[in-house]
Order: sequence, then C-alpha cells, then structure tokens
Amino acid sequence: MTHDDGTPMIETRGLSKSFTLHVQGEIKLAVLAGVDLSVGAGECVVLDGPSGVGKSTLMRTLYGNYRADAGAILVRHAGSQVDLVTASPRLALDLRRRTLGYISQFLRVIPRVPTLEVVAEPLRVRGLDGQEARERAGALLERLALPHRLWSLSPVTFSGGEQQRVNIARGLLAAHPILLVDEPTASLDAANRSIVVTLLQEARAAGTAIVAICHDPAAREALATRFYSLPSRELAA
Amino acid sequence: MTTSVDSPLLTVEGLTKRFGTRMACRDIEFSLWPGEVVGVVGESGSGKTTLLGCIAGHVTPTAGRVWFETREGDKVDLAALSESDRRRRLGHDMGFVHQNPRDGLRLDVSAGGNIGEPLMRAGMRHYGAIRGLAAEWLGRVEIDAARIDESPRRFSGGMQQRLQIARNLVTNPRLVLMDEPTGGLDVSVQAKLLDLIRQLVADLGLAVILVTHDLGVARLLAHRLMVMQDGRIVETGLTDQVLDDPHEPYTQLLVSSVLPL
Repeated sequence: MTHDDGTPMIETRGLSKSFTLHVQGEIKLAVLAGVDLSVGAGECVVLDGPSGVGKSTLMRTLYGNYRADAGAILVRHAGSQVDLVTASPRLALDLRRRTLGYISQFLRVIPRVPTLEVVAEPLRVRGLDGQEARERAGALLERLALPHRLWSLSPVTFSGGEQQRVNIARGLLAAHPILLVDEPTASLDAANRSIVVTLLQEARAAGTAIVAICHDPAAREALATRFYSLPSRELAA
Repeated sequence: MTTSVDSPLLTVEGLTKRFGTRMACRDIEFSLWPGEVVGVVGESGSGKTTLLGCIAGHVTPTAGRVWFETREGDKVDLAALSESDRRRRLGHDMGFVHQNPRDGLRLDVSAGGNIGEPLMRAGMRHYGAIRGLAAEWLGRVEIDAARIDESPRRFSGGMQQRLQIARNLVTNPRLVLMDEPTGGLDVSVQAKLLDLIRQLVADLGLAVILVTHDLGVARLLAHRLMVMQDGRIVETGLTDQVLDDPHEPYTQLLVSSVLPL
C-alpha cells in the first residue's frame, strides 16, 4: 500500500482537550487548545516542549484514549479519511486494530499470559493464525534481544527495560501505518536503545507515519524528520 | 463466520423495569454487534443485573424492546416473546454465565453430562459424538478429560466456573451474558479464567455483555463500557476512554475510588 499522494496520514484541526475534575471541586484544566498537526507517510514528528505542556495528553488524544472537546483528528483508514473525534466506538476500535498503533510507556496485560502471546496479540486480533503470529512475534523479540527463556513467562515481573522491549515488540509487530510512540527508549541501556531506534527508523523508511515523545537527545536526532512545539495555552481558572 | 457484521445482533430500546416504586432500569438504549464485548459497570443496586436479566428473559421489562437478530436474519423482540417462543426462535443463540457456578450447573450430573445436556436439548442424539464434544470442551477449558464422569461437586470453584463456561459455549451461541464471572474466585484463579474467557471470546467471535463491578476485569475483557448509576446509563465509550478519561462525576468517583496496588 502506498500513501504518497500527499494526503497526511493523520492530521488534527483545532484540537482541544480539557479535563473537568468533578470530584475535586470542579477544577477545569485546559491542556490542549487549537492544536493543528499534520503527519505524512514516512515522517517522524517529535513533540517538543517542557514536561507538563501536554505532550502525553496529545498522544493519548490522538489515540482516542482521551476524548477531544473540540476539533478533528482526521486519519487515513482503509482507503478513506475518518474523524476519530466523532467515530463510533466500533470504527475507533477498527482504526486501532488496523491503522493506528500506540506504544505507551507502560505495559498493561492480563497476568500469567506468556510474553510471546502478549506480543503476538495484535496480529491475532486481525485474524492471523496463532502459529504464524507467534513466529513473527518471536523474530521481533529476537531482534530486541529479549532472552528466549523469558518468552514463555508473563512480562508482569520483568524489569523496566524488558517490559519496555515487550511493549515495543507488541506495538511494532502489526506494522500499523500510523504509530504513536511515548518515550520508547526511556528505560533502556545504550545497546537496546540503538536497537529500538533502528527498528523505528526502519518503520519510518517503510512509510509509517510516526508521532513520538522522546527526551533522549541522540534518539530524537536519529528519529525526527521534524519537531513540533505545542502551542502555549492559558491556564483556565 | 456467517453472521452479518453490518447490523447489530442486539438492540435495546427504551428498556425500563420497575419493581413497585423502585426503578431498577430507566430507559436503557444500546446496540451490540457480533464479536463485541460490552462491559456494564456500576455499584450494587445500579441496575446492572436487572438489565442482564431483562435480556436473558429472567426478568420481564416494564417497558421497552430488546431486538435480537436471529440466525435467519429476522429481528425478534425478546421482551415480547413467551418462554416457549423464546426457546423456539432463539435456539441456543444465547448463553448465560452466572457468578456462582452452582446456579448454572447441574450438580447432580457429571461434568460430561453438564456439557452434553445442552447438546441433547439442541437435538443431538449420538451418544459417542456428544461424549466426544464434551471431552473436547473439557480440554478447551483446561479440565482434565479424565474427570469427565466426575460430579462437579468435587471440582474447585475455578474448575466449576470453567465447566459452566463450557456448558454455555458448546452449543455455539452468538451472545453470552456474564454476571460477575470471576466474582467469587481467588485472584490467582481469576487471572487464568480472564485469559481463558478472552481467548474463547476472540476465537469464537462471541458477543458478550459482561456485568462486573471490578473495573480491572472490565479493562481486560471489554471493548466498550457502559456505566450505570441508579438504573440509568450515565456514561459510555471505549473501555480505556471511560476509565482513563471519565467525564461524568459518578464515573470519576468510581474510577478514583479504585485502590492502587
């Protein structure tokens, strides 16, 4: 599939997001206001700005994990453009299954499910045969240098760096055309960091549109084709 | 799969149930598509179980409709069907997994008999075939097939629950209603059962309505959530949206009240 006709893979228009904390005195926090971001195939846009500026909120909103207050998130999905902000839950789920991947900082899995199954799941939900899904999952874990003896264990008790690599394998395996990546190298040593950077570069070269949060200077330089600064906002009272 | 994914399997319209002066369900509306797992969360007394009962036919709604698409593609209103019509039109298209396996199993019948019985009710007559399927399903729910002739009374709670699941799924239903399916189990048993349910649901393409007060269970199993309070659905959305970005005051309270581990 090619996406080189110039249409962005993901594009926000006037995206706004606030939180109203009903159980804490109705405090309203306006985090995103009027965000216009456009990412094409083969681009990697790294979000800029200090902690607290709303980078993670933007990532979660782009994934539909947080619900936008206003604006649009236009995503190229299955040959047409859909707005994630107004999409039905079914469409949003299909979009996540096939188009929009998210590598978060934290691994959340059912306890006692083996690592290999955890990683293979995104292919299983697309209907791929279990054996083939596991083989492809294994090949990726191999590249991420996750020791074989861990594959049959649940990742729940793994170290931070091991969990992060499981999360990255799980996020990369299904080769979503759009990938949101939150601090992919945060808990990794230098050797593993460079493996992850290479994998993400390969995804980018294959045409994946990537939005990333990444504080590690070397990884930022290696991944970014562009930086994006979140517009400053007024804190609501 | 032969079922159409373009139309909902179940559509609930204006469903209301009054017990005396108490409104257990008020004007409930939602649709469920094949293969979808919808979690219904809320505190005790919020109307979750009554809603499930109205769909299962255990409770007669005061008002509203429960449209179910049969295998033939007809839409029938379950709220208006008599018990015998319900059986005839629905066949074994709907299963019900009770919180307490003793409510869903026949304890005076062997494990194999518990799985074979729904097959016989569905018209299967060949003893060997029934026994073969029973043994196969024991394996699928990770019970040693050598225990096929044992009474489920001698099973642990987790095994009984897995047996109840096998009994419900052996007839290949399209919709399974689950009322706190992991509720009475030890945490270690719960994790394994959750994984089993998740796999079976995915492999069989089942639609599930899952009633639970455990937000962790809902997060791991449900695609979508409906939050109920005082008989009403107060918030709906993708499971992770509702849990990570709750909008309604009641949902925020519910989510913020979960004790961290």
